[in-house]
Amino acid sequence: MNAVVILFPGSNRERDVANALRRAGGVAPKIVWHGETELPAGTDLVVLPGGFSYGDYLRCGAIAARSPIMDAVRAHAARGGLVLGICNGFQIAVEAGLLPGILTRNANLRFLCHAQHLRVERNDTPFTRRYAEGQTIEVCIAHGEGNYFADEETLKRLEGEGRVAFRYCDANGEVGGAANVNGSINDIAGVYSETFNVLGMMPHPENLVDAAVGGIDGAALFAGLAEAA
Amino acid sequence: MTQTEPAITPDLVAAHGLKPDEYERVLALIGREPSYTELGIFSAMWNEHCSYKSSKRWLKTLPVTGPLVIQGPGENAGVVDIGDGDVVVFKMESHNHPSFIEPYQGAATGVGGILRDVFTMGARPVAALNALRFGDPEHPRTRHLVSGVVAGVGGYGNSFGVPTVGGLVGFHTRYDGNILVNAMAVGLAKADAIFYAKASGVGLPVVYLGSKTGRDGIHGATMASAEFDEGSEEKRPTVQVGDPFAEKLLLEACLELMASGAVVAIQDMGAAGLTCSAVEMGAKGDLGIRLDLENVPTREEGMTAYEMMLSESQERMLMVLHPEKEEVARAIFVKWGLDFAVVGHTTDDLRFKVYLNGELKADLPIKELGDEAPEYDRPWVETPKSQRVEAANVDAPCDTREALLTLIGSAELSSRRWVWEQYDHIILGDTVQKPGGDSAVIRVEGGPKGLALTADVTPRYCEADPFEGGKQAVAEAWRNLTAVGATPLAVTDNLNFGNPEKPEIMGQLVGCIRGIGEACRALDFPVVSGNVSLYNETQGRGILPTPTIGAVGVLADVARSATVAFKREDEAILLIGDGKGWLGRSCWLWLVAGREEGAPPPVDLAAERRNGDFVRSMIAAGVATAVHDLSDGGLLVAVAEMALAGRIGARLDAPHGAPHGYFFGEDQARYLVTVAEPSVGMVIDAASAAGVTAARIGTTGGDRLIPGDEAPILLEELRESHEGWFPRFMAGPAVDAAPAS
Repeated sequence: MNAVVILFPGSNRERDVANALRRAGGVAPKIVWHGETELPAGTDLVVLPGGFSYGDYLRCGAIAARSPIMDAVRAHAARGGLVLGICNGFQIAVEAGLLPGILTRNANLRFLCHAQHLRVERNDTPFTRRYAEGQTIEVCIAHGEGNYFADEETLKRLEGEGRVAFRYCDANGEVGGAANVNGSINDIAGVYSETFNVLGMMPHPENLVDAAVGGIDGAALFAGLAEAA
Repeated sequence: MTQTEPAITPDLVAAHGLKPDEYERVLALIGREPSYTELGIFSAMWNEHCSYKSSKRWLKTLPVTGPLVIQGPGENAGVVDIGDGDVVVFKMESHNHPSFIEPYQGAATGVGGILRDVFTMGARPVAALNALRFGDPEHPRTRHLVSGVVAGVGGYGNSFGVPTVGGLVGFHTRYDGNILVNAMAVGLAKADAIFYAKASGVGLPVVYLGSKTGRDGIHGATMASAEFDEGSEEKRPTVQVGDPFAEKLLLEACLELMASGAVVAIQDMGAAGLTCSAVEMGAKGDLGIRLDLENVPTREEGMTAYEMMLSESQERMLMVLHPEKEEVARAIFVKWGLDFAVVGHTTDDLRFKVYLNGELKADLPIKELGDEAPEYDRPWVETPKSQRVEAANVDAPCDTREALLTLIGSAELSSRRWVWEQYDHIILGDTVQKPGGDSAVIRVEGGPKGLALTADVTPRYCEADPFEGGKQAVAEAWRNLTAVGATPLAVTDNLNFGNPEKPEIMGQLVGCIRGIGEACRALDFPVVSGNVSLYNETQGRGILPTPTIGAVGVLADVARSATVAFKREDEAILLIGDGKGWLGRSCWLWLVAGREEGAPPPVDLAAERRNGDFVRSMIAAGVATAVHDLSDGGLLVAVAEMALAGRIGARLDAPHGAPHGYFFGEDQARYLVTVAEPSVGMVIDAASAAGVTAARIGTTGGDRLIPGDEAPILLEELRESHEGWFPRFMAGPAVDAAPAS
């Protein structure tokens, strides 16, 4: 598994996700500067990390999505290469056209950081192979603009094709209601691309890979990815 | 292009915050009338905020050294050895006045400023804390200020990428017109890679880095050195605007530059911007500095020398570089998209010379600018002592159950979850104990070593007795570090007071500093950095004296840190320390009985040390399963917090003495500790051998608190009360943009 983490100006969870890949997956990723135009040869996984690329100015992820490296990332995805966008990385992925929909301000208009349960919708993807279908996991969120929205037609396709990766739920796996913390349509916390090689998600599995620091429910995602390529 | 500069008149001098005798001092020092730019420079260097002219005499009495102290006060931040070649770098600083005028940007730039102080020393910031004080919740402006300040603190820290792991929020009507925003930053560095402001070497380039200079923040430090009045709203333009994105880039670029070996000296541009940073770098290194301002990157056309010297635009740094590394340095800054400009050089004439397009705008003796700043021994009077309040002489207006529900759901003691959930407290992946416990605990990257962090002060105690209040602020911080199992290391102090020209306010400042000094000496807890914020007054009314203490401790293994949550049913609850049912200035007396009076609890520093060392040893031995220090609200509030955190109730033995004194008294040097049943005898024997009072007061278990033979309280009721206040308060009717009082 050859992994890279793209470093945009304003990224701030690049070290967190690199540590998670190392700790849970035994993978030491390369850090690639946004101004590069090519990915290292043999790249299997590209991570778009969390943060506030370009200060979230203009629109979250919009400027980073136009970075020189993003053409190479799109080409990598088109070849079937794996791409994981977390939080700001998810926002960048939708702005770059790698995933459908858009992320808007949380329904209560506040930044939210707390533990959050998710329901794993399917376990036959490279990202979720170590989870059980329908499993409830506890990760955390830290975002101000994670309110997922897609138009009716797109949503119908996403649901019809089983492309919802995670939904916000409570500790018992019950989806919706107060468990939907940011107002996301259909309680969507993460979505896949058509071919399931790109995943974008708002919550942070990379901060839940260590029992000493909150829990280990995020570890299976990175361990599974390490086996996937 | 020549611009006419205003003539120096007494009114202009006064508008610069210089008193007539201070202006005489200027004339005596330079032997002529200052230019307009020079007047601005003196105003910047000699205001209270930058010169500490009212507090310096007393600050000198604080203990600032210790075997682990690498850098005490006087640099951008304090530095303390934590072993293995690692150091912790930290400081707390206020941004009170700007936050009242423009809460979001005021708070945000406060956070930005303190983060910059830490990474200027070569440390990567790993945690942030803050101490916030607002007015009465009923005041029409309070909700607007809470909302803006919390969003601003979060907006900056979250984007910059530092976890905000702890702090405090308080409300009192005495902050109605002057809120407090005290921000603390903590960073980690290697002991052999710390950077200082002191320049060395003649003819070296002085380099400007970071964001461009604009007209924002001109005279911010002068504003922070004056009382508020009805016109304060008009000072909104002097509040700077923060750009956390630029700061994040500046952090990465500075750390990369420091690693390249190019940096001789570095100073961030904080209060009084280019003036303060240039003068400090030169004066500390016994060098002169020449600046050529036409090279300063500016946001706006036609800025004058005066404006450039006084701008407080954010996210800027000044460095002295090794000339042969200039191109390496430039390449790093270009890569991060930041401005890099050589704006001057060091000289051997000990003058501070400022040129604009070749025209000399200021020529001042660089050492005297700082050293000859006025220093006052202001008259002060001791705060009159308050009477002791005996529990036996106070009628309880309600039973224990109702009192507990009132306290735990009050503005003062309710859960701060609404606040800290807006702060990213988990980024970096090392937050072992998040906000809500006695101290935050973060792992030093890789572990198992960790840091414990807290910020404390009880202003109502300081108001009643500044000396005991100053002691208590330090003791409580020490206790909070101890309660998680950490060894306390050192503190940073952020002294917030009213107008020091009033003898009774000066008496509060003197009393608090003396109390802090006494406690820090007794607990081997030196002050390594700090900040003073005076003139926190509006229309003649001062804030409660608020000397916030930020403190850092070290843990050998974060896996062994203790938390407040009850862990198991049927464990013994032990009270460590002596209590007499001290109700004077307690939360109970204030919030339940409606009386803000009495002498605050005295602090026995020997008992603090003895009891704390004992509790720490029980944590280290793995015997203590949960630990909580006793502070606001006393014993029963502490039990309730432990029960709520652990979702396990407790049965308490009948009180000794009056129930309100026993359950809600705020006697100091006390902790609650839970231990498994078989360990009880051993712990009590060990306590006795250590000269520590330890008594079993109850047992964990069930879904409710049972205070002796009084009415029980369900945990669910407690939780609703505790968690409910803040969200309900913030969801109240909109009061944004209420006029200043």
